Amino acid sequence: MSGNSTYQPQSKVLQWFEKRLPIGGLIHSSFVAYPTPRNLNYWWTFGGILSMMLGIQIVTGIVLAMHYTPHVDLAFKSVEAIMRDVNYGWLLRYLHANGAAMFFLAVYIHMFRGIYYGSYKEPREVLWILGVIIYLLMMATGFMGYVLVWGQMSFWAATVITNLFSAIPGVGDTIVTWLWGGYAVGNPTLNRFYSLHYLLPFVIAGVVILHVWALHVAGQNNPTGIEPKSERDTVPFTPYATVKDGFFMACFLILYCWFVFYVPNFLGHPDNYIPANPAVTPAEIVPEWYYLPFYAILRSIPDKLLGVVALFGSILILAFLPWLDTSHVKSGRYRPLFKQFFWLWVIVCIGLGWLGSKPPEGIYVIMSRLFTLYYFAFFIVILPLLGIFEKTKPLPNSISESVLGAKA
Amino acid sequence: MTTVSSAEHTRRDFLYIATGAVGAVGAAAALVPLIAQMNPDASTIAAGAPIDVDLAPIADGQIIKVFWRSKPIFISHRTKKEIDEAKNVALASLPDPEPDSERVKAGHDQWLVVIGICTHLGCIPLAHQGEFDGWFCPCHGSQYDTAGRIRKGPAPKNLPLPPYKFVSDTKIQIG
Repeated sequence: MSGNSTYQPQSKVLQWFEKRLPIGGLIHSSFVAYPTPRNLNYWWTFGGILSMMLGIQIVTGIVLAMHYTPHVDLAFKSVEAIMRDVNYGWLLRYLHANGAAMFFLAVYIHMFRGIYYGSYKEPREVLWILGVIIYLLMMATGFMGYVLVWGQMSFWAATVITNLFSAIPGVGDTIVTWLWGGYAVGNPTLNRFYSLHYLLPFVIAGVVILHVWALHVAGQNNPTGIEPKSERDTVPFTPYATVKDGFFMACFLILYCWFVFYVPNFLGHPDNYIPANPAVTPAEIVPEWYYLPFYAILRSIPDKLLGVVALFGSILILAFLPWLDTSHVKSGRYRPLFKQFFWLWVIVCIGLGWLGSKPPEGIYVIMSRLFTLYYFAFFIVILPLLGIFEKTKPLPNSISESVLGAKA
Repeated sequence: MTTVSSAEHTRRDFLYIATGAVGAVGAAAALVPLIAQMNPDASTIAAGAPIDVDLAPIADGQIIKVFWRSKPIFISHRTKKEIDEAKNVALASLPDPEPDSERVKAGHDQWLVVIGICTHLGCIPLAHQGEFDGWFCPCHGSQYDTAGRIRKGPAPKNLPLPPYKFVSDTKIQIG
């Protein structure tokens, strides 16, 4: 999306069109001639995979909406009708439900990659923050979609999450009533969640366009974290990046299809096959796996308001990452200490996910507290100090030197 | 293209400010219905009228659950032991100190009426469970005593009391 296009259409019709709307040149310069660092590894294919997942979610979602009824008496039944009566309904719903999980799996890998290779650092701060916004929108969309099923877990997830806002001093209860449209989660809540669940994916698509735009202004980061200096450091997007993205998309689809066709309910909770009952809270309520780390952080703090602040803080702190990490070296490859703290942080994130699925008692509470402490310390203490004290390894002179050796 | 700027105030300046002001007020006014439509509608409010509950069939030690404004209301017929437990607690040791006398209506010590929604994040606590003989919330482990007061766990407040009054000795009106 930057620089002058070298796009020269052969056909007269395309030339005529290009003169009036130069969209061919835009696509050509963004996805064909666009220079990508020659050393990108497979961790860089997840941006493409995420675009694909967004597309799959939108297509399956629009189709499911043709059969779904957003009413408290009919929602659960209509989902079951999709599963049993609608042609290929079971497939479409399993694709959509597991697609959400795959979407989050891909986004977590994408984010871990960004953090390891310092992709949030100058000049990519806005690119990174747009990514955090997309992630927040994904969380809201995923949550509201889960509520639409209107099973027990749906209902109580809606109750617990909307009640997070009751922690706001003074106006908390008024806000919660406004969110519900009643005195408890009910039909108005379900209706508005349906409306927003349909809207937000398109908002995500809009922010994704900004994200890609910002990416193409700054250029991609790469495993060395040093910027391309000459044409020897880059290769054209097509065929090199397209085929690499395409190949790994296919591999990712195999995993996705394995879930859809072999264990479609593995990632879900059996209680969500019980219709919503406002009179009975299930013995144990847990969110979907992709929210578990944040749920563990919420529960680890014995104070309601502080717990909610920590929950939102643990996500919002990501937006400040470009300024919390003070090191001038981008890539973790040349940061021996950062590397260790980073992998420990990854283990802590996964550990928090595991703790979020455990009952809030005994050793689990103590472990959640320690892990939450490290989660925040990584951002607030470790990253700022590492930039000052860490002795980094020497950087290669260029990307091509790192790939081909000094003689090249 | 050139813009003519003049030190004098022109009619265009006036129109610019006036249009901007009307536009800002109009946009703010348009937000009112857009936001207000999400608040409880007329039918929801109408359905929140007071209800009568007959206490006679509730046995000693039994806790029943009724719904008012889509909220579960716990009505506990407390035993002598439960009342004593609720009264003999050092108030200073409570996270949200309230004597038992403020939790029930005078002369009706045996009847505890509370809104059965955990003050943490809105789950429904389970009756006759936990360390304090009252309620235990399965979501995040909050525990309430026989007066519905928070004793342990992340919930910040006691179970709230709904507005209610005794119509007769065996009948209450909630709302």
